[in-house]
Amino acid sequence: MANIATLAPEHAWTNAQPIVRIDEVHKSFGPIEVLKGVSLDVMKGEVICIIGPSGSGKSTLIRCINALTPFNRGSILVRGIEVGDAKLDKLALRRHIGMVFQQYNLFPHRTALQNVMMAPIQVLHQPRKEVEERAMALMAKVRLQGREHAYPGEMSGGQQQRVAIARSLAMNPDVMLFDEVTAALDPETVKEVLVTIKQLADEGMTCILVTHEMRFARDVADRIYFTDRGVIVEYGPPEDFFTNPKDPRTREFLGQVT
Amino acid sequence: MTPVPPLHCHCEERSDEASSFGPGRRPHEPRHDRQTFRMPATYSATLPTLQLRAWHGFALAAVIVFFACVANAQGMAVGRPSVFAVLAKWTPLLLRGFVFNIAISFFAMAIGTVLGWFLGIGLISVAPPVRQPSWVLTQFFRNAPWLVLLFFVMYMLPFQISIGGLVIPLPDWIKAVLGLSLPVMANVAEIVRGAVLSIPTGQWEAAESLAFSRQQQLWSIILPQCIKRMLPPWMNLYAILTMSTVLASIVGVNEVMTLAGQVEAAEGGRTDLLAPLYGWILLWFFLYSYPIARLTQRLERRYAVKI
Repeated sequence: MANIATLAPEHAWTNAQPIVRIDEVHKSFGPIEVLKGVSLDVMKGEVICIIGPSGSGKSTLIRCINALTPFNRGSILVRGIEVGDAKLDKLALRRHIGMVFQQYNLFPHRTALQNVMMAPIQVLHQPRKEVEERAMALMAKVRLQGREHAYPGEMSGGQQQRVAIARSLAMNPDVMLFDEVTAALDPETVKEVLVTIKQLADEGMTCILVTHEMRFARDVADRIYFTDRGVIVEYGPPEDFFTNPKDPRTREFLGQVT
Repeated sequence: MTPVPPLHCHCEERSDEASSFGPGRRPHEPRHDRQTFRMPATYSATLPTLQLRAWHGFALAAVIVFFACVANAQGMAVGRPSVFAVLAKWTPLLLRGFVFNIAISFFAMAIGTVLGWFLGIGLISVAPPVRQPSWVLTQFFRNAPWLVLLFFVMYMLPFQISIGGLVIPLPDWIKAVLGLSLPVMANVAEIVRGAVLSIPTGQWEAAESLAFSRQQQLWSIILPQCIKRMLPPWMNLYAILTMSTVLASIVGVNEVMTLAGQVEAAEGGRTDLLAPLYGWILLWFFLYSYPIARLTQRLERRYAVKI
């Protein structure tokens, strides 16, 4: 809370400040406190991975960032926009943030290309021709040339997830959120999605990932955050984190998953 | 390990908003993040699906022929014209009445569907001042007996409306159309609500996170997906409405039942004519509803599998 006053408002936000600043966020579902004061900062271009046992609040945390889930206390600033503000312009906030879900959530009544084109045309009111060119380029970027006119129902899970990534990128977001995006995929298609995300990370996209893919996290992340029971137990650069975990809970978790 | 709190639960998330009103939850609140929860593709708390089979029609026809033959045998004995001849003589007139029934059903369905569409959207509004009156309206018209609504409209509406110098006559059949469109409206509203709720919450969330406004989410992402799901219950409603158009005879509209009564009277009130005459009309309704019911069942099966 203390940081709200000292941080600059949106128009004064600069790259020198964290693009996402989460400060002492608390969130309860009824009587159950899922987030018990979580704080983390993400600078522009950073890739951070949040890992932890299921039920530790990872997904809730990243859903708070784009106001899909409201939180009770604390502060989240995205490019200086206070997400917890009662008068928050959610649409303005969400133009800065792309989100990819575990279940892809493509719009089944539209083709892959239309899925990518819808939001820039309807939300940003960009000219159709320009959007189409960009959408074609994005489809190529996620290596789905030739599948532009397929419907989601005709694509594999991995292909759908890559369309979902392209769809988020079409809005030119500043931050991408990935919520366990490979958890619903077949093992053989996980890799194609991870390659796409890695490519994005290498290009300097700011990414916040919730993942269970430890090797991928180690490979791609600038920092790993380990959450358990609503708090961040430990965080650090992947090398430190994986080779020399300090907290016993982290060690127990890493012992179970690796 | 001690149990950890669930990451997502079904508790109310936005305690700052008013509690929900009426039955059913508002779309995407509470959320089912994992999407394991799915309602049947054609979920709606409306009318039961008509389960017509071809043999129903054959059985019906057989019963009619049987009664006609019995009546014929009795009539021949006292020298009255054959039942078949009487039916043949009056069939053109009765058919004109039947076409009138179809017209009433068609217009009532059209009006009811348009009104019901918007009422249904009102039902899923996030604004209580919109949602609550929509709910009251839907419950009232869905649960009131159709005949009572028909009488209500018949006697509440004048026989003509004068707007300035313009006089618009309101014949009885128009009033019947309006009266029947009210329960249709309420049932269509429920069909719309059911279809919207059957769309996985992930669709709303994906649209939300792409910065679509609530109206855009509804109109360009959710509702287009609902059309297919709404079709079977909507067609079922139409078949039921068609059969309910005979209610209009009670309020004096010259549809097929009214005409059948007149035919019966013109034939001197022959009691042996009753079963064949009304059975004959029953068969027409069957023949009209049967293809609709079959198509409905086919669509239901198809959409139940593929979402």
